[in-house]
Amino acid sequence: MNDALIPELCNVNGRLEDTPDVFTLDLVPPPGYRGFAPGQFNMLYVPGAGEAAISISGDPEDSYRLVHTIRAVGDVTSQLRTRDGHSQVGVRGPFGKPWPIDAARGGDLIIVAGGIGMAPMRPVLYAALADRASYDNIYLLYGARTPRDILFQEQLMEWHRQGAITAIITVDAARPSWKGDVGAVTGFIGRIPVNPRNTVAMICGPEIMMRYAASELLVKGIPMDRIHVSMERNMKCATAFCGHCQLGPYFVCRDGPVFRYSDVAAMMEVKQF
Amino acid sequence: MKDIADELSEHPFFEGLAPETLSLIAGCGVNAVYKPEELLAREGSSADELFVIRKGRVALLMHSTERGALQVDTRDAGDVVGLSFLVPPYRWPVEARAVQTVHVIRMDGKCLRDKCNADTALGYELMQRVATALMGHLNARSIQLLDLYGQLEL
Repeated sequence: MNDALIPELCNVNGRLEDTPDVFTLDLVPPPGYRGFAPGQFNMLYVPGAGEAAISISGDPEDSYRLVHTIRAVGDVTSQLRTRDGHSQVGVRGPFGKPWPIDAARGGDLIIVAGGIGMAPMRPVLYAALADRASYDNIYLLYGARTPRDILFQEQLMEWHRQGAITAIITVDAARPSWKGDVGAVTGFIGRIPVNPRNTVAMICGPEIMMRYAASELLVKGIPMDRIHVSMERNMKCATAFCGHCQLGPYFVCRDGPVFRYSDVAAMMEVKQF
Repeated sequence: MKDIADELSEHPFFEGLAPETLSLIAGCGVNAVYKPEELLAREGSSADELFVIRKGRVALLMHSTERGALQVDTRDAGDVVGLSFLVPPYRWPVEARAVQTVHVIRMDGKCLRDKCNADTALGYELMQRVATALMGHLNARSIQLLDLYGQLEL
């Protein structure tokens, strides 16, 4: 995309309702599209409603589709939910520092996701699975509210069945008919075998969950600088001018959203940040 | 063939206990198998058993008039169910039910308590393990209670 501050209009291929409050918007990339790296985000613009920072959730190798998975929580995202194959959405991006997938090559990769935090993790899985032989074990620990809130469930379980990843998908609560795991996702970290000297961990979800997850990974012996988290702040300009997303010395839009845990751990524990 | 003490020695909850200690508490245990949907313990009933899960999955459920039965946790091989056996008033706070066929060592809670009372070093050791497990469950439950991923509607 050309100018970082001017949205380009993209046609909508289609919209998929993933869960009761989450949907996936499939866009036609704009002319000159140069792809994205897993973990990056776009600013999606709806005329008359505004912009919102949205993680890209599709396959980084797919140059024909630009996919975003969105939770409808405010005006912009609710408006985005009304878009279908006959409409357009403004796009700026991609922005931000991606997940350090290359750092995990040759070792184990642990992905911990909670809720909508699964969306920016799917591109990591696409990328790692496209080069599966370069990684040892790939673990996905994913927590959702209830069984019906699980994102990409069929796809994740298919990858698990194929043996490409080891997926533990857990929910906070369920009806008795649910046969899967129930409990906080952080409680499952202790169950996976970890080679602390040869593992990279990536965590995305609510900040409290990320703190607890990081704490469990530290107990497992993974060094703080091999644990990475994706921070969420109020992104406006996405180009490190406006300061809305400032986190201590960082602008989350430019220096993040992915950070080494060692760089942001202290700020995650302080109320004013 | 492995005896109960051997099986306990391979279970994470009892990891590191001295062989003589394992032999002592093994006398309180028997192997048992529960079929899918079979009840291991009823909510509010006397907590007289500790289930040491060797294989399979156990669901922990709570019942409410408004919302019916809810699964609030699951336990798998390597976990234990029934920590209330060591914590007065020795009552089950949840229902425990087999999700799949479950193989357990069923430990007699009163037998374990009697041995803990007679040997306070053993009592302290087991209490530390119970407290560690409870702390883990408490942290996990706190995260669930926060409903971090949004409004909880089943």
